[in-house]
Amino acid sequence: MQQFLTQTGSNSSAATSPPASPQPRLRQQQAPRKERDPQNKEKEAPPAAMADEHQDLTRAFAGLGGLGVDETALVSALGRWRRQPEKRAQFRRGFLGFFSASAGAVAGIERCEDEYLLHLQAEFARFKDAAVLWAMHPWERDARWAHHVLHKAHPPQVLVEVACTRAADDLLGARRAYQALYHRSLEEDVAYRVRDANASLLVGLVSAYRYEGACVSEDLATEEAKALAAAVRSAPAAATKLVQNEQVVRVLATRSKPQLRATFRIYMELHGKPLEEDLAAEPCLREAVKCLDSPPKYFSEVISRAFSDDADRQAKAALTRVLVSRADTDMEDIKDAYARQYGAKLADAVAKNTHGHYKDALLAIIGK
Amino acid sequence: MATLKVPATVPPVADDCEQLRKAFQGWGTNEALIISILGHRDAAQRRAIRRAYAEAHGEELLRSITDEISGDFERAVILWTLDPAERDAVLANEAARKWQPANRVLVEIACTRTSAQVFAARQAYHERFKRSLEEDIAAHVTGDFRKLLVPLVSTYRYDGPEVNTRLAHSEAKLLHEKIHHKAYTDDEIIRILTTRSKPQLLATFNHYNDAFGHRINKDLKADPKDEYLKTLRAIIRCFSCPDRYFEKVARQAIAGLGTDESALTRVITTRAEVDLKLIKEAYQKRNSVPLERAVAGDTSGDYESMLLALLGQE
Repeated sequence: MQQFLTQTGSNSSAATSPPASPQPRLRQQQAPRKERDPQNKEKEAPPAAMADEHQDLTRAFAGLGGLGVDETALVSALGRWRRQPEKRAQFRRGFLGFFSASAGAVAGIERCEDEYLLHLQAEFARFKDAAVLWAMHPWERDARWAHHVLHKAHPPQVLVEVACTRAADDLLGARRAYQALYHRSLEEDVAYRVRDANASLLVGLVSAYRYEGACVSEDLATEEAKALAAAVRSAPAAATKLVQNEQVVRVLATRSKPQLRATFRIYMELHGKPLEEDLAAEPCLREAVKCLDSPPKYFSEVISRAFSDDADRQAKAALTRVLVSRADTDMEDIKDAYARQYGAKLADAVAKNTHGHYKDALLAIIGK
Repeated sequence: MATLKVPATVPPVADDCEQLRKAFQGWGTNEALIISILGHRDAAQRRAIRRAYAEAHGEELLRSITDEISGDFERAVILWTLDPAERDAVLANEAARKWQPANRVLVEIACTRTSAQVFAARQAYHERFKRSLEEDIAAHVTGDFRKLLVPLVSTYRYDGPEVNTRLAHSEAKLLHEKIHHKAYTDDEIIRILTTRSKPQLLATFNHYNDAFGHRINKDLKADPKDEYLKTLRAIIRCFSCPDRYFEKVARQAIAGLGTDESALTRVITTRAEVDLKLIKEAYQKRNSVPLERAVAGDTSGDYESMLLALLGQE
């Protein structure tokens, strides 16, 4: 890495030395130009305007620029700044967050920060991920996501999502795809890799093959709502955490979804507030309840979190995951839930917060 | 190694239905005819007969059977005539509803069937009982047994041949440690037994034997009366040597005063198309008496004839 930077660095500062590797150099500087160009339409801008542009760019790069990369602007910038290395050098010098003159001082360059490269890599990859995931079989998608989460020790949100929002046969299909891909069962890997308090809940959720019929017993729902309430009440004083409570795990991991929704409804009637509120201390449990109760509402929350300013890598990747995986199932319901919760159309929010081909792909998936 | 004897030229399905109908009609029932037909048809043929019978006579075959015959014979014929998946679902439902610590039926179903068969049983359970098997077990079984049995039936085990030897070694060590400290209900033991694939578990048990000089079951005999330990040993035996496991069930059903008909029926009807021949050989070896002779000595009437037909006797 250092070598290639030195080579490219020497390119811009000493025009006489031959270009060592023109291609990587170009790629590295594409993105800054993409952000810069919308503000800088002319080649020679007055110094005051340049200062403004730099401010805009700095804002854009601090992660507030939305998701994805504006490929068209990038390409036009490439053309416009052709043969003008001094423009690029100026930009790099002005962009303190991502290019560091001090770090590269030894070589006489403004060195590109490694974090910035990773950020760019993630942003450029969003469209590719969306396209590849869209083309895959839903079962393979779910299996790959589950495997990734388990082996990179990310938070188990994806596992809960896959286990609770897919239909019983789709969850089974995902487990079979997992076996075909990784030669182990999903249950084994979850049991082996999740070592914290959430383990028994997660194993139960992924092993489930829930009854899919509409048969609901109100008496059973009342009984179980009371059992859940008792568990919640005794949680602060109990030896084990609420998420390890046998009753809770049993009810959430085995009952059918219509039955659970009746249970949650009765809980609300008995206690005046929804079960999720009482589970604030156990994020995994809370997510499971939300997913089981109303997937569209849960998904619209996940989408909204991806747009927020302090969204981390997982939260941003969730946007692609949710939209691609729900495109064929309950996208309309998600759109309604989003509009109800956030007062804006989902398509508008996506258009506002994403760029380029990634944006077009997502809008096409969402539909009218 | 099935023992079921199907005739070389099977009569057409319509003929079988006709004959069965004749067997039910009139005063009394021609039990010998029922046995000679149903006792010599495999699962696909029985399914075809059931379908054709319902179409031809507007009534389910199983319904006619329950109306006409009773007792142990009825139970044997019903269980035999059902599809393997439905049979497992019915047995599991009974076991869950009337569960007791000494009941091993759920263990048998979860550990001696292939992943696909266990799953088919769960699907059949949905259709028949409008609930999932896991819910019912979780609702009726309590304590440590629930912790063990619910994941045991819910897992969809990997059914390929791949084995990770390093993992087998480390998990054998882990099992040994937990057993040594008498932590029989530890999460790790339950995790290993309820999620690992069958070849992986067999490798683990083999390594246990190699590393510690004796089989894992020997270490699980600390308290001969403890039902939980017996359940763990049953799980391990069902994986390692199902034929000897079922031989023992049959032996205990026949031995002593009286017979445990439900256990005997269960062994014979569920294994007749799978490995009853191996079970017979194991029985002969262990008891110096052929299983048929023992069954004939302990049972009588049409029930005996049905069991003998399934055991392959002409």
